[in-house]
Amino acid sequence: MTAWADALRVARLAAADPHGLGGVVVHAGAGPVRDAWLAALRDALTAARPLRRMPGSITDARLLGGLDLPATLAAGRPVAEAGLLAETDGGLLVVPMAERLSPGLAARLAATLDDGIVRVERDGLGESRPARLGVILLDEGQGDDAPVSPALADRLAFHIDLSDIALGDLTPPEAASLGEDESGKPVADAAAVLCQAAQALGIASLRGPLLAMRVARLLTGGRDPTEAASILAARLVLAPRATQTPTLDETDAASDDSSPETPAPDERAPETEAAPGEGPSLEQRLVEAVRAVLPPGLLAQGLEAGSRPRQPRPGKAGIAAASRTGRPTGARAGAPRHGRLDLIETLRAAAPWQRLRRGEGATPDSRRIRIRPEDLRITRFAQRSETTTIFAVDASGSAALERLAEAKGAVELLLAEAYTRRDRVAVLAFRGTGAELILPPTRALARARRSLGALPGGGGTPLAAGLDAAADLARTVRRGGGAPLVVVLTDGRANVTRTGTAGRAQAGAEALAAAASLRGEGVRTLLIDTAARPQESARRLAEAMGGRYLPLPYADAGAMRDAVRTAR
Amino acid sequence: MIVNGSTRAMSREPASLPHLTAQIGTIRVSDRAKSPRPDTVPHSAPSVFPFSAIVGQDEMRQALLIAAVDPSVGGVLVFGDRGTGKSTAIRGLAALLPPMRAVVGCPYACDPARPGDLCPRCRDHAGALETHAVPVPVVDLPLGATEDRVVGALDLERALAHGQKAFEPGLLARANRGFLYIDEVNLLDDHLVDLLLDVAASGVNTVEREGLSLRHPARFVLVGSGNPEEGELRPQLLDRFGLAVEVTTPTDLPTRIDVVRRRDAYEHDSTAFRAAYAAADEAIRENLTRARAHLPSLTVPDATLEAAARLCLALGTDGLRGELTLMRTARALAALEGAETVGRDHLARIAPAALRHRLRRNPLDESGSTARVARAVAEVLAP
Repeated sequence: MTAWADALRVARLAAADPHGLGGVVVHAGAGPVRDAWLAALRDALTAARPLRRMPGSITDARLLGGLDLPATLAAGRPVAEAGLLAETDGGLLVVPMAERLSPGLAARLAATLDDGIVRVERDGLGESRPARLGVILLDEGQGDDAPVSPALADRLAFHIDLSDIALGDLTPPEAASLGEDESGKPVADAAAVLCQAAQALGIASLRGPLLAMRVARLLTGGRDPTEAASILAARLVLAPRATQTPTLDETDAASDDSSPETPAPDERAPETEAAPGEGPSLEQRLVEAVRAVLPPGLLAQGLEAGSRPRQPRPGKAGIAAASRTGRPTGARAGAPRHGRLDLIETLRAAAPWQRLRRGEGATPDSRRIRIRPEDLRITRFAQRSETTTIFAVDASGSAALERLAEAKGAVELLLAEAYTRRDRVAVLAFRGTGAELILPPTRALARARRSLGALPGGGGTPLAAGLDAAADLARTVRRGGGAPLVVVLTDGRANVTRTGTAGRAQAGAEALAAAASLRGEGVRTLLIDTAARPQESARRLAEAMGGRYLPLPYADAGAMRDAVRTAR
Repeated sequence: MIVNGSTRAMSREPASLPHLTAQIGTIRVSDRAKSPRPDTVPHSAPSVFPFSAIVGQDEMRQALLIAAVDPSVGGVLVFGDRGTGKSTAIRGLAALLPPMRAVVGCPYACDPARPGDLCPRCRDHAGALETHAVPVPVVDLPLGATEDRVVGALDLERALAHGQKAFEPGLLARANRGFLYIDEVNLLDDHLVDLLLDVAASGVNTVEREGLSLRHPARFVLVGSGNPEEGELRPQLLDRFGLAVEVTTPTDLPTRIDVVRRRDAYEHDSTAFRAAYAAADEAIRENLTRARAHLPSLTVPDATLEAAARLCLALGTDGLRGELTLMRTARALAALEGAETVGRDHLARIAPAALRHRLRRNPLDESGSTARVARAVAEVLAP
């Protein structure tokens, strides 16, 4: 079974039940393969099922629906206009560049997927319309790009990757039926089998098995799933969500005696799993089928994904409010001095009241549009957030002085690069009894170099104070609309507490707590172990921060720069 | 000139709004919710997953039941990933609540048994108010909702067609005496959240916009959901919610299988599924009715009050809201369980939900707030 054949099968399934299955995450760059897949998807959709495209810059008025301005003015009464979501009812909505979807849009799509209804409470209108749609997320992210919204991706049954499919692999879709094996014998308890398989594959969310169950039912025409359908559903739905390569022992343990004895009155009598002594049980075969399509090295990927810090989501704090440059984020009421006047939205807000205001006003001229201050709408803009790399440098006596020199070298190299990228750099040093901001976030290369040259060394290691200061600075950076990256250079051997007193145990515990709160902030971190030999304490610290750990026993500035580059 | 029978005149409040008299005389109230447009679907989906069929999530279910017994506890905040059954639970609960008596035709569904909370129109009504039984409302606040629809605004249709100033009640009016559910509280605009919390605390919605000026009752249980991963909530906002519960995806296999199985059965044949759980839902409904009747007679003994105070002191919660909520929720829990008195046991069990979101951040203590409450409970309430 080739990847392309599976992709085509996914297209047919998604087209057959758009809302029930949620849709597909398609990981692929723009190109002929993706176009061919989308064409196959369009062919698979029946005429009654629309296929619409959603631009990332869509406004709420267009997405959810709102007041139809020309019709309202013409009719003299409010006329509602359906939004894109309602127009796509029954079909599929294609979202290009899904990895750049804003959290607000992702949440609106997720809510529509959950409810199958779009509720509009805007512009003086309150109504709901059916929007039983599925979503095709075109993920064009590469390498280190943030993944598509996990909450949204989890709702879609299928995740496919077309990036490894060559043009030569493309075969025209055969007119195959949906069903894999419509005549087979139904499985005793497909729900239990799929749950066990999901657990063996390390799938935490319950939507994996739930959606797999739906796919299996769809494959068998709505009846209880057959074995072949269960295996196919597991391969299509569960395999891409796997976070671990299953071992058969685990599945054995899982399938042993854990058949739940629940009092659900509707339940079929609990049946035993595949009889022992008849070769591998169904869930073992199912896991095997999934394992066959898992990419090699999945475990390594999973570990990496698990150890990667939470990507800072572009939330409210990241948007410089009322700034006048960048991407527009929609209109809101306000005076033009707080933003740029949005003429169309202002007219839209004023339109419904015209007749009323004419009645009140003294002037008989009926063609003048009466706009009041409360009608004014302004547009807000969101700026692309720039990265600010915060170096927290351990300048204590235990971090040997030559390493401090190396750290300075790395920062200088990064400065040169940051200058071309318009990124900013800040340097914190901690030594003796506290932390000191050596260099506030800056792009000024000359100033940065000067302050670094004067960086002193020696004294104890107040690690917790250093991390606290880094967290504070990261917060400040984020408030200003930037994306902070904290790089800690230390040997992890804390010996000064927050209050400035000596004490190794207390200082170590405080440092771990400070690291954990840094993680809680969702700041991306990287810890570079500057000790002569990799230190266990430094590794634990990196873990607590949720950041990457990079032991550089003999760090040179070039290697360090490369490490920072990949962390960003 | 009244368009149809469902719109009525509502006299303004004489004391607070003298300036309007000259301007408009009376403010009319439109009631569009009663006459949905033909191209729309009803607000509540007809098919509801039974409350009693929800697997696990005991803490959330208990918190919702407590809020249903005593709405004065001040709302429920549910933390956790979307799709862990939050929205299902609130809809399921509303479906099993006993219907309430409301004044016929009142856009706020006024309660005839509470004369103090009547809307101005019902208060000024001459003679006996006609009442009927209506289901408890559950109102969704959808993402992208604008302020005019939340608090209510000038009725566009009548303004355009007739040049009349009429008030069209918003979501707050519809939620009166029921539940207002906000998914993803942290994605809602700050000014909307402030407004909602203010109304939820006072029970009155004050409208001052577009030349309208009026007040109407808006008592509802605010149920908010949020995902801490998507951004933290402000402490002032957290503190306003009575209970905070955490929901997680179940990790043990039997529970997971059970969830998938029931969902599959429900999707396969929802009628049969609902019928199978009708008796269990009925049992919960009866228990709720009993608990509501039992609640007024339950007094909290001094020893329990003192224990609650000591617990809050030990945790260093700000203000009196923590103690008050702890006391009220413990009483509602006792009522639900048909207990004779409110004891330490009730306090201990409800303390995590009532207090975990009121703790000050302690940078030195990184153990979760749930663990901190548990620790304090073990120390303070030890027999």
